[in-house]
Amino acid sequence: MKRRKERIDRGIKARSEDIFALSSFREMAYLLLPRALPVVGLLCFIPLLSEYWREVFISTATYALLAISWDMMICAGLVSLGQSLFYGIGSYVAGVLNHYWGLSPLFTIPIATVAGGFLCTVLLLPVLRLRGIYFAMVTLVLPLMLARLVEATRILGGTEGLTGLDPFPSQLTAFYVVQLGLLAALFGFRRVIGSDYGLIIRGISENDRSVMSAGLNIQWVKAQVLFMGASVGSFTGAVGTHLDMFAGMPGFALDYSIMPVAAAVVGGMGTFAGPVVGAFILVPLSEVLRALGALRIVFYGLFLVIFVVALPEGLFHYIQRKYHQFERWVEVEQ
Amino acid sequence: MNSAPLLKVADLSKTFGGVQAVSRISFELKEKELLGVIGPNGSGKTTLVNLITGFVRPSSGAVLYRDKPITGLPPHRIVSLGIARTFQMVRPFYHMPAFKNLIVPLYSPRVKKMAGGKYGDRDAVALDLLEEVGFERDAYVSYKMAGSLPQGYLKRLELAKSMALRPDLLILDELFSGLSLAEVASIVPIIEKLRIQGKTIIMIEHRLKELFRIADKVMVLNYGRKIAEGSAKEVMENEEVKNAYLGSEE
Repeated sequence: MKRRKERIDRGIKARSEDIFALSSFREMAYLLLPRALPVVGLLCFIPLLSEYWREVFISTATYALLAISWDMMICAGLVSLGQSLFYGIGSYVAGVLNHYWGLSPLFTIPIATVAGGFLCTVLLLPVLRLRGIYFAMVTLVLPLMLARLVEATRILGGTEGLTGLDPFPSQLTAFYVVQLGLLAALFGFRRVIGSDYGLIIRGISENDRSVMSAGLNIQWVKAQVLFMGASVGSFTGAVGTHLDMFAGMPGFALDYSIMPVAAAVVGGMGTFAGPVVGAFILVPLSEVLRALGALRIVFYGLFLVIFVVALPEGLFHYIQRKYHQFERWVEVEQ
Repeated sequence: MNSAPLLKVADLSKTFGGVQAVSRISFELKEKELLGVIGPNGSGKTTLVNLITGFVRPSSGAVLYRDKPITGLPPHRIVSLGIARTFQMVRPFYHMPAFKNLIVPLYSPRVKKMAGGKYGDRDAVALDLLEEVGFERDAYVSYKMAGSLPQGYLKRLELAKSMALRPDLLILDELFSGLSLAEVASIVPIIEKLRIQGKTIIMIEHRLKELFRIADKVMVLNYGRKIAEGSAKEVMENEEVKNAYLGSEE
């Protein structure tokens, strides 16, 4: 007799789907807990840690933001290997505004978010028609090219970069700016993708011709998605600039492109929460492994491989399933 | 009835690297007419649809819709003018519930404009539309993932997706292929209802019997050329058609 696993929604999931969820605390808790967990954890508990670990979680949130930005693009079928383009552009825009015009971070960060997002969108607009690996190649090359351009033409401080920029008033301020940005992006994007507009975005990745024949301009929608992703990436770059008090070629470094992809793969693509979970595992892990010295990369790589093989769907998809559904074995009639 | 043609195709040609997929095809279609297009495999029927709907750019020739050239316009602009199509190989969004598939066309600028700037509750409209094409109202089937639906439902979903755009001209690319006789028989009334609503329809079909029953006129393609056009009876008696297409079956 063959058996197969059957998955059934938990009763509480069905009960808490509409307005009746308000009739019981248990249902409300079921809905609220998963959403409150990251908010309370990020804003209330992590700040209590030591200064060193706060620093780690600032950098974690940076990668989480880049991973969210990557995830937004993958929702529309845009495979990007160049989140560093967004980071670098955002970092340079904030750096220039601060260095040449003396604007404070209060202004440079919002301006860099919007202007950086716009600049990146314009830069990638000509290749937006490309699909899959072709688009990925261009996004991979573009930031590397821009870095060499800065080096060769010696504009914007050349290899030295723009130094001595304004820092945040305190580490805690920086911490809260990044974490609030992360929460805004996380919940904002989840909202967008859950709406009817989000259906269009996901439709493009699944079947773009079908969306075209439904009378929608897919290039325009893709440009909007790109802008959303690029803005988040540029925000991250702008924050990074004021953290390091420096904007330069390292902003276009490959780390900012590869790490978000790894985080999204470990955490689970297309959910936004997944990539955040992924980043919050991978970056602190890399810090913990620092004690191992040169072997660090080996263990880190091993962990990644084990994770991808054991849970190819991603951690968040797995948790989400366990939370909403239970499984049982049923016998299959031959 | 308005005598000016709704759609006019003039000398339309398309070559794919030396292969003449569509060669100098011209025809006119009046409002509320149903044109059947038949022809052997590879005779250029689907390419003709792709040329009219903007998915493929013609090598030469022109397509006029309501006396305005639409050649070379992108597909979404052509849809906005009121031309909707279905795909021969169904193209649903497999990872969405069936009714959510219709949200995509219902989100289009054309539907918004026709609804007077408001969309209303798209989910409700989607469920109504699915009922119209034969998804049982009270059954769970409208809420099922499109990926788990059988072919018959997917074809209806494809039809509903084009109907959601409230088109004036509907191009159905082999809607009946892959369906059982009973399923075809259940879709024919939907098409007849669309005609009563005043839609103009082009049907590409291999199922000649069903097509001839509802078509006003039939056009026959072979090797990308138009070899005959007229009523079903005229076409069937045409010698060239018999040789090229129907004759080969005997």
